[in-house]
Amino acid sequence: MRRLVFLLPIAIVAILVAIFWVGLDPERDKSVLPSALVGKTAPVVDLPGLADGAQRLTLGQFKGQLVAINFFASWCLPCRAEHPLLEQITAEFGVPVIGVAWKDKPEASRAFLQELGDPYVATGADRNGRTGIDFGITGVPETFLVGADGTVLYRFAGPLSPEGLRNELAPAIAEAKQ
Amino acid sequence: MIPELGHYALVLALVMALAQASLPMVGAARGIRPWMQLAKPAALAQFAFVAFAFLALMQAFASSDFSVAIVTQHSHSEQPLIYRLSATWGNHEGSLLLWVLILTIFGALVALFGENLPPRLKARTLSIQAMISVGFLLFMLLTSNPFARLNPAPVEGDELNPLLQDPGLAMHPPMLYLGYVGFSIVFSFAVAALIDGKVDAAWARWVRPWCLLSWTTLTGGIVLGSWWAYNELGWGGWWFWDPVENASFMPWLIGTALLHSALVVEKRDALKSWTLLLSILTFGFSLLGTFLVRSGIITSVHSFATDPTRGVFILALLAIAIGVPLALYALRAPTLRGGGLFAPLSREGALVMNNLLLAVMTASVLFGTLYPLMLELTTGNTISVGGPFYMATFGIFALPLLILMAIGPFMGWKRGDVRGALQRLIAAGICALGAAIIAVWIRSDGPLLAPLGILVGVWLLVGTVIEFMERIRLFEGNPARIWNRARHMPRAAYGMSLAHFGLAVAVIGMTGAAAWKTENLTVLQPGQTLTLQGYDFKLESVQGIRGENYLADQAHFVVSRDGDFVADLYPERRQYLVQPMPTTEAAIRSMPLADLYAVIGEPDGKGGWIVRVYHEPLVGWIWFGALIMVAGGLTSLSDRRYRVGAPVRAGAAQAAKA
Amino acid sequence: MRRALALLAVGWLAIAPALVQEALAQEAQLADPQLEQRARDLGREIRCVVCQSQSVADSDADIAQELRVLIREQIAAGRSDQEIRDYLVARYGDFVLFDPPFKASTYVLWIGPFAILVLAAIGVAIFFRRRVEEPARASELSADEHSRVKRLLHDGPEDRV
Repeated sequence: MRRLVFLLPIAIVAILVAIFWVGLDPERDKSVLPSALVGKTAPVVDLPGLADGAQRLTLGQFKGQLVAINFFASWCLPCRAEHPLLEQITAEFGVPVIGVAWKDKPEASRAFLQELGDPYVATGADRNGRTGIDFGITGVPETFLVGADGTVLYRFAGPLSPEGLRNELAPAIAEAKQ
Repeated sequence: MIPELGHYALVLALVMALAQASLPMVGAARGIRPWMQLAKPAALAQFAFVAFAFLALMQAFASSDFSVAIVTQHSHSEQPLIYRLSATWGNHEGSLLLWVLILTIFGALVALFGENLPPRLKARTLSIQAMISVGFLLFMLLTSNPFARLNPAPVEGDELNPLLQDPGLAMHPPMLYLGYVGFSIVFSFAVAALIDGKVDAAWARWVRPWCLLSWTTLTGGIVLGSWWAYNELGWGGWWFWDPVENASFMPWLIGTALLHSALVVEKRDALKSWTLLLSILTFGFSLLGTFLVRSGIITSVHSFATDPTRGVFILALLAIAIGVPLALYALRAPTLRGGGLFAPLSREGALVMNNLLLAVMTASVLFGTLYPLMLELTTGNTISVGGPFYMATFGIFALPLLILMAIGPFMGWKRGDVRGALQRLIAAGICALGAAIIAVWIRSDGPLLAPLGILVGVWLLVGTVIEFMERIRLFEGNPARIWNRARHMPRAAYGMSLAHFGLAVAVIGMTGAAAWKTENLTVLQPGQTLTLQGYDFKLESVQGIRGENYLADQAHFVVSRDGDFVADLYPERRQYLVQPMPTTEAAIRSMPLADLYAVIGEPDGKGGWIVRVYHEPLVGWIWFGALIMVAGGLTSLSDRRYRVGAPVRAGAAQAAKA
Repeated sequence: MRRALALLAVGWLAIAPALVQEALAQEAQLADPQLEQRARDLGREIRCVVCQSQSVADSDADIAQELRVLIREQIAAGRSDQEIRDYLVARYGDFVLFDPPFKASTYVLWIGPFAILVLAAIGVAIFFRRRVEEPARASELSADEHSRVKRLLHDGPEDRV
């Protein structure tokens, strides 16, 4: 019995090493906080349109189809970097993209889209940022995939990159279409 | 040219380490004297080679040699010299080299000053120390070469992270590593003793000074880090229970336990296998810290850039370095014969309680640190474990420990008189209660733990003073006799009193700073005033200034209280040359009972500025208390008994040399 | 000339976001000091989701500021502390609270240290109890030790190496 007690330290260390070994798995992405919304119904979106006199933006308009929602802002530098890739989501994968300008002055957002092109099927202005927080964003840009039934399927935090699009968003889209 | 030589020196050091790791160990097993004696020159040579490599790297930083990759990544020609030099260890590869340097320093010190050690113990200890070196040198040479080159060499570097450009942080890694890595030699002594199959009072005597040195420098290193955070990070915080902070705190807690249990081995020949276990675990926690920082498994403010191969290598190092000794421990420790007997209520008993509490406190910190990882791996959920958890567990366990600390020194060995001890401590109890009541009366806000913290802090403070007074019998005899007694008290006793006293001061400081800190923030235009705790902060002006390698907005606050001038504060918001993030330089006014802390933030675009001011009571006591603890450690170290070591009987020494 | 441009660039970078961002600098405090204190305390409990180990009260990140403003809004609207916590947890997960919740997934976390304390205390108690038994055994010498004693008494000090 006494001998068993002496084995306790090495047993604990062995367990810890095993845990660390699993934790080192390169597949594990430690930097991104998993979204609390994946698998849940998307929050209500009801925002004024970006253009003057445009109709309000709601998610209900897109019920029945798979859509992507992209949160962006004109003052956000990484948003500029990812912008060209947003068109690809529609062009290559056939998924319409909704744009939500987060904490941005509408004139500035409009100027931003005019300068870089408007890849969005609809846009809205989230001036006080609450819709973004409802989606649990950690900043801009952030892109969500919302299913036909209104469930949040996937969240991509940070600017899209060609690899990110190919390796992460594309499979999520493929899975959603099944 | 010099970086190449530095690189080559590392390879030579590895060769030396391999020799030092193998031959003396075999020599000790077989009784081959020349092989055992090889340990000393090998250790010294290893140190020399690593030191050369380190100096070569420092030279590359000092001269801004951008052909060396890490110099480009972490330095800039316009950086002040002190930060070009400290950038040497402000990165993964360079700090690893520092790690190995200190490893070899301790090996060399034992080789030089261990003349009194039994030859087998010395040979085995140095051999194990070299094994650790081999592991880390291989790691460096194979995955993290500090001397990797860039061709063509860039014209300018990327600059050291501005947050690291601070004097406190320049010194934080070296001090921390002296502590962290210093425990490696205690580890080596313990494994050598396990191989030897013998642990006795003499062994504890050999080990104690190394333990003390490591503990003292680790204390200093941790506090330097906290002090830096307080000065640099801009909101008066000094401890965040960040995984890597915890990783340096756990060896400190276990190291403290080790210091105390080694005392029992030395004085009473008891608690041997427990002390051996602690010796292995203390360095084990240091290695765990290294793993957490460098493998990328947990993201933290301290993490270096991550790379999967590095993580696997360090994990393997960790597994072998801790696993093999613990296996040896499981085999050998049960055969160690227990020594002196003692009653539960005795000084030994108090030290056992001390160890128990410290071990549980360490376990709490370990739990909190690793739990998010374990939960994430099993369920995929992430949670945060922050201050509230640690206060509820670690904080609660600390209370009885601090109470015990005042009682322990009053207890005799073998059998102590608790009631007598408590009677002598009545004055401490009254002071403590009084202080707690005053604390509640002055500041009724704050958590319940606050007056409790003051209670135990003052209890320990006064209790330590009472014990000291009793020891020199302050009220008996004339001053000359008293002075004589004080002079002849062993330094180690002074060390203990100082260290306990320092901890009490620090605990009072931590309680005040954590519990009663208040802040105020608003947008101010120049000319407007912000008030906090009766202090008026008037923003006089904000102007742009230029520093050696940065531009800044500098605010001028005039602080007054009831119309009387208190201080001028000049907080800054700096923009360094290359790094895009602005950093804040808080302006701090330290007063005996509190700090005033002012921060300037962003402009609001309308001529106003976001400003934040803090009032943090007793925070200065933390640094002061830590300083006293370090002084206590150094005082103990200077005790002649530790430097001479246990005497070896003349006859045996002769026989050994023959 | 390059210095002037650099200065200009830095200056612009410093104020440009303020021109286009909404409400970033308008982090007004609540008028009622008690409510403001609640906002501050809550701010310290909520973790900044993009920082390492900082609370939203301690962070400069945009999202941290947004959350601080949100907390104040909700307090002013009369929500309780727990309601606000639940609101944030619904959107960001348990991760956003520094005080880990006490639910099934964290029982081990909260109970662990106390369980260890109890186990360790039992260990120490057993240790003390065994020490009382040991004196009886320790007074006997083994055969090995007997011969060692004989040798010592006859031959002199042994080589301790």
